[in-house]
Amino acid sequence: MTVTLAHYLVLGALMFAIGVVGIFLNRRNLIVVLMAIELMLLAVNINFIAFSHFLGDIAGQIFVFFILTVAAAESAIGLAILVVLFRNLDTVSVEELDTLKG
Amino acid sequence: MKTSYLVAAFAPLAGALIAGLFGRQIGRAGAHWVTILAVLASFLASVSVLRDVLAGDTFNGTLYSWSIIGDLRFEIGFLIDSLTATMMTVVTFVSLMVHVYTVGYMRDDPGYQRFFAYISLFTFAMMMLVMANNFLQLFFGWEAVGLVSYLLIGFWYTRPTAIYANLKAFLVNRVGDLGFLLGIGLVVAFFGSLDYVEVFKAAPEQAAATLNLLGAAEWSLLTVICICLFIGAMGKSAQFPLHVWLPDSMEGPTPISALIHAATMVTAGIFMVARMSPLFELSDTALSFVLVIGAITALFMGLLGIVQNDIKRVVAYSTLSQLGYMTVALGASAYSVAIFHLMTHAFFKALLFLAAGSVIIAMHHEQDIRKMGGLRKYLPITWITALIGTLALIGTPFFSGFYSKDLIIEAVRYANVPGAGFAYFAVTAGVFVTALYSFRMYFLVFHGTERFGHGGHDVAHSPHAPAAETAHAVAVHGRGDPDPLHHGASHEAGAEKGHGEHARPAAHAHDEHHGPPQETPAVVTVPLLLLAIPSVLIGLFTVGPMIFGEFLRDAIFVDERHPAMAQLASHWHGWFAMGTHAFVTLVFWLAPASAVVAWYLYLVRPELSERIRQRAGALYRLLDNKYYMDQINDFVFAGGARRLGAGLWRGGDQVLIDGVAVNGSARLVGWFAGVARWMQTGYIFHYAITMIVGIAVLLGWFLLPLVLR
Amino acid sequence: MDARSFLFYVFAAVTVFAAVRVVTARNPVHSALFLVLTFFSTAAIWLMLKAEFLAITLVLVYIGAVMVLFLFVVMMLDINLDKMRQGFWRNAALGGVIALVIFFELALVLWFHFSDIRMVDAPALPPTYSNTQELGRVLYTDYVYPFEIAAVVLLVAIIAAIALTLRRRKDSKYQNVAEQVRVKRSDRVRLVSIPSQSKQASSGQ
Repeated sequence: MTVTLAHYLVLGALMFAIGVVGIFLNRRNLIVVLMAIELMLLAVNINFIAFSHFLGDIAGQIFVFFILTVAAAESAIGLAILVVLFRNLDTVSVEELDTLKG
Repeated sequence: MKTSYLVAAFAPLAGALIAGLFGRQIGRAGAHWVTILAVLASFLASVSVLRDVLAGDTFNGTLYSWSIIGDLRFEIGFLIDSLTATMMTVVTFVSLMVHVYTVGYMRDDPGYQRFFAYISLFTFAMMMLVMANNFLQLFFGWEAVGLVSYLLIGFWYTRPTAIYANLKAFLVNRVGDLGFLLGIGLVVAFFGSLDYVEVFKAAPEQAAATLNLLGAAEWSLLTVICICLFIGAMGKSAQFPLHVWLPDSMEGPTPISALIHAATMVTAGIFMVARMSPLFELSDTALSFVLVIGAITALFMGLLGIVQNDIKRVVAYSTLSQLGYMTVALGASAYSVAIFHLMTHAFFKALLFLAAGSVIIAMHHEQDIRKMGGLRKYLPITWITALIGTLALIGTPFFSGFYSKDLIIEAVRYANVPGAGFAYFAVTAGVFVTALYSFRMYFLVFHGTERFGHGGHDVAHSPHAPAAETAHAVAVHGRGDPDPLHHGASHEAGAEKGHGEHARPAAHAHDEHHGPPQETPAVVTVPLLLLAIPSVLIGLFTVGPMIFGEFLRDAIFVDERHPAMAQLASHWHGWFAMGTHAFVTLVFWLAPASAVVAWYLYLVRPELSERIRQRAGALYRLLDNKYYMDQINDFVFAGGARRLGAGLWRGGDQVLIDGVAVNGSARLVGWFAGVARWMQTGYIFHYAITMIVGIAVLLGWFLLPLVLR
Repeated sequence: MDARSFLFYVFAAVTVFAAVRVVTARNPVHSALFLVLTFFSTAAIWLMLKAEFLAITLVLVYIGAVMVLFLFVVMMLDINLDKMRQGFWRNAALGGVIALVIFFELALVLWFHFSDIRMVDAPALPPTYSNTQELGRVLYTDYVYPFEIAAVVLLVAIIAAIALTLRRRKDSKYQNVAEQVRVKRSDRVRLVSIPSQSKQASSGQ
């Protein structure tokens, strides 16, 4: 069938859902969690580009621009934290991070 | 506003302040000179006021306006009329006598200046009370005399019995004051003013007004007001059942028993009712209430006087009984007779108290009349004055007490409010009882065998400050009695000056070697003589003008529905005629008959009185326990209040407030925190999952309704 | 179907497959590589949507820098793979349910609202349309403020990354002025009481 806006949006939704699953499944591997977060951001970007195209409004792409910037910064810092964590705990398992337990 | 008014009211206050605040600086002599001069000034001012009033110069005005709230004025003011002038003169004269007497009586007491300050302060408070022209000042004076009475009853504050007594006096007075305050509150609420003149003017208009109390019952407003005011009088003037504090108040030094609990404070209630005569006359119920309470007090308190063994207690119960007489006169609408009896009673009762004090001094703090006897040889002046006082009390013709008492009995006979019959019986029987206890005391103290000096002194003694005792002993036993604690047979003249009461603090062991009792010094006996004169004479001089003349007419209002005064006036033929007429009335002969009975039972055949006491065991016990009133009060009211307090403390304070509110809320927070703690797992992805699940829920919340449209 | 739709389906399938492999791969290096594939196919989709600048940016910046960083970190950390995989399938059920719920909610709404907007309905673009030019025209005028803030964000990221992972030499000396100011007398001076000795005792006889 003809590809409509809805197709792109459903693709974005699917990517988002896969990202969520990724967080659920990989509680022991913090790196994959970070990657799942990237997936979710990507899904949002797809949505923005699709809407920008179909509405003829360039603002969507501008927003993607900034999302990319922020996502890059966030993954850089996240990985830095991960490295420091690994140095201290010698593991990237999220389950070991329970010193804040109430 | 004459200066005599200001001097009369405020000179005692100045004396009290100087003696009280600067007592140590001015010394004992300074304290007593300041206060005596102040009270003397007050007395002279009162006499001047009396002269002015007799010339018709009355006064009603404001001295100082304290506060004006809307239409209600709180002021200090004076109402000087015949009633006020009478009270002022009586109060200052008796106060002056007591001040002089105290110089001798309290000579060795460490609290000398404090005592003078207190009795001057009392004089001030009483003057403010009687000179008041509004309810607020009356209440101020009322409370102030109650306060000073508390301070003076507990003067020897290290004695537990004194503290118990002064607290009892204050608390029982408080009960009366509650009623008094309710009465004043009602006056303010319904008359809108505290000023006497305004209230009295508005009273007849409210004669038919009613008040809704306790559900649907409609009470006459004036009845409620008058009964509430009278409850205050019951507390202050020690009427049944609020009389229980007066006998205990004998814990205070004898001068104050004379001043406060015989002549002045306890008469404040009588004065108040007489002052409020325009209100009381409008309520027959209130008058009936007053009459019955007074009659009960007059008779039953007199009966208690017969079984007392402490000399001061006998006089105390006599005071209670005589206050009952005054109240009965008020109830019979014979207000001027009540005031007249108030005046004569002030003189002869103060005389009797001071004479008792003189006996106590001479007997080295012994107060038990069973351990006295035959004292007329040793204390002649005391004996004569005490006899005069006793004769006045029982109503011997031509003595002052005769006129006042007989007029009361006559007035009750003509009264027509409910309860008059019972009252007449009570006051008549009271004549017999009065003479019985009076002569019992007189015979046991001044006649008969000497029962003192044979041991039994030392145990109950509480002696003087050792320093004073040593100095005094050295002064007396100058010729070298080596042991200052033993008063040997070498008692010279100038005997025990002012040993004071039975119960002074410190401990020395008096042993039995006292010499025979000596007459007390002049500072003690001169007031006795000065009080004996009016006890004899004032009756016959003032009865005519006061009762039947115009003297009190402007101050007291009698409604013509209450015929007692009119009837009395119709039978009046002058003091001499009244005196001689007495001999042909039955009532008169009750008194000498009773004296004969007393003579027989206590002098001729004393063992007979002992046998009677054993045979009438239950009756004697009832009287001895004062009708168990103290026990009832202690168990029901005091104990009840303590139990209620304990219950509220345990249940209300500990369980409710501490347990539920304070600790309970803390526990609740703790419990809640314990539950919320489970959310803080510390695992990051738990938080992430919570966020995601939250997103899903939010999405569903907002989107599903749209989708399932 | 036309070519455009066919291409879309192909690229979409590759994207979804790669995304699934990202989260299910046993080896984190494989996950990273599959993520690279996801980005590539997404870039292709964006090209189809005439957003060529962003597509190129995605490849150059995202794959070229961020994913390379990921790969560096993954290879640097010595991860115990077996421990990693424990409990993987235990949570799959719940995760799958939640994901399905989210997906279906979103898909339902999006499908019903936007399924009537076809590709050909998009506004027509002039033949000289340059995506880059369009972006640049707007970015430095209307959106210059967010642009600057984005620059600050990147600066913060740089500094944060260095500050977090910097390992200092243990023997380097430096002054900490705050500590110098905080010094108290009791940290530097201690008064000791020494009993005095008399001259006779200490000197000889």
